[in-house]
Amino acid sequence: MARAVSTRRKIGFTVAAWVVALLIFFPILYTIITSFKSETEAIAGFSLVPSGTLESYAEVQAQSNYFKFFLNSVIIAVGSTILALVVAVPAAWSMAFSPTKRTKDILMWMLSTKMMPAVAVLVPIYLIFRDTYLLDTRIGLTVMLMLINLPIVVWMLYTYFREIPGEILEAARMDGATLWGEIVYVLTPMAVPGIASTMLLNIILAWNEAFWTIRLTTTNAAPLTAFIASFSSPQGLFWAKLSAASTLAIAPILIMGWFSQRQLVRGLTFGAVK
Amino acid sequence: MATRQTSTLARFMMAPSVILLFIWMIVPLAMTLWFSFQNYNLLNPANVSFAGLFNYKFFYTDPAFFQSIWNTLVLVVGVLLITVIGGIALALLLDQPMFGQGIVRILVISPFFVMPPVAALVWKNMIMHPGYGVFADFAKFFGAQPVDWFAQFPLFSIIIIVAWQWLPFATLILLTALQSLDGEQKEAAEMDGAGIVSRFIYLTIPHISRAVTVVILIQTIFLLGVYAEILVTTNGGPGYASTNLPFLIYRTALLGYDVGGASAGGIIAVILANIVAFFLMRAVGKNLDK
Repeated sequence: MARAVSTRRKIGFTVAAWVVALLIFFPILYTIITSFKSETEAIAGFSLVPSGTLESYAEVQAQSNYFKFFLNSVIIAVGSTILALVVAVPAAWSMAFSPTKRTKDILMWMLSTKMMPAVAVLVPIYLIFRDTYLLDTRIGLTVMLMLINLPIVVWMLYTYFREIPGEILEAARMDGATLWGEIVYVLTPMAVPGIASTMLLNIILAWNEAFWTIRLTTTNAAPLTAFIASFSSPQGLFWAKLSAASTLAIAPILIMGWFSQRQLVRGLTFGAVK
Repeated sequence: MATRQTSTLARFMMAPSVILLFIWMIVPLAMTLWFSFQNYNLLNPANVSFAGLFNYKFFYTDPAFFQSIWNTLVLVVGVLLITVIGGIALALLLDQPMFGQGIVRILVISPFFVMPPVAALVWKNMIMHPGYGVFADFAKFFGAQPVDWFAQFPLFSIIIIVAWQWLPFATLILLTALQSLDGEQKEAAEMDGAGIVSRFIYLTIPHISRAVTVVILIQTIFLLGVYAEILVTTNGGPGYASTNLPFLIYRTALLGYDVGGASAGGIIAVILANIVAFFLMRAVGKNLDK
């Protein structure tokens, strides 16, 4: 079935694709390069060869306590993801394994909550957070991001769980497995990959969320999104430092993203494209 | 398969998710709706009174309102045009045989993982800055006058940044759809003498049309809410030139302390989003039946 592709054609496509890919990647690449320049180098004109100094990184940490923001990002992204999984796994599980007539309606309704524009509820959420002293707390933001991503988590888990064949349960039951045994020895091993990729995608989404994280924090709970946004003020304009801070902010998630790119499609299209 | 016992259990397992999402959806929305009919300013919180439709009228007669609606539409449509057309072209290219396809894929998808404030700041300072940006460096190299992007073309500049963030998403989804196109179908069409153009029109386009629909709908939902990119680049200016509806609501609420007015804007945003959501739900729902 495989067609013989002429090597010349393949080389042509390779060159074209690499040129386009590098152009798209260029802003990220140039940021990484600039982060290894000194401030004078960074504004000295276009150059792809940095001197390799690490002073910008040292300065970012020294001046702004970068690590605190990083830690906030980790706590909020991972915390909200775990919280969402705890709530969503049982729900997705029951919808996949004992669906009722209403399962589809519930799923669609959950999806519809995702369509509410964040800005429409900015005022009430802000007031609620202010009155309950949740403004600028990690716990408040964690709960917030959990609620925002809960529909996606339920949906993704549901599409994974639905692919686990029901017959395998019957087989296990015939062999005398108890309900507990079924869950621990049969279902869990089959469900783990789906849970893992859901978790990965959700951490990425929570890490990059840039509306609530900026609006509901000031200093204590501010994650990297708020930290970077503070660089937009004129006195913060130092190219090399900005690049170092940006590189640090996106590096962990970029690497996670590369691993999860195939699950991404399924998660973000709610299973409509696989 | 489901006995009565398991269906009771199923309800219990579903309850936390359903209850949480229900509260999350109803409470803030009801409050927004309530506030939108009140005179309520955070600078004078003791003096709250019923306003009727005043807030809506106020929002409606504010010239910034129509500009922000227009800007929102230009932003959404502009980004959609770039990402869908660019995404189809890129997906077709990435679907071809080549060396290092895995790395190319990774490079192309990367912008999607960059958090919005970083994307906006990198473009603002490293690429588009009239003094030190890469574009300015090239302009100077060719002896041209560097363009002050955010002063002269604020909305267009934001469209470029947002399109850069979403092009990978469109590409990845369309590529996934392309790859599920049956190779034998392509071969059969080729053997029947279909040229590259008619193969594209009669085979590829119908095959990816659903994916295109999904891309458009999902992106629209997110693009209606673009916020951080505007906050860190133009802050909505100059004037209201790059203020979209979410940004106008944010300005009214947190900079103008006008809870009532911002809530009326919020309700308008909800109505806009619902129109899009209606079509997206139909597209996704169809897939569930299969």
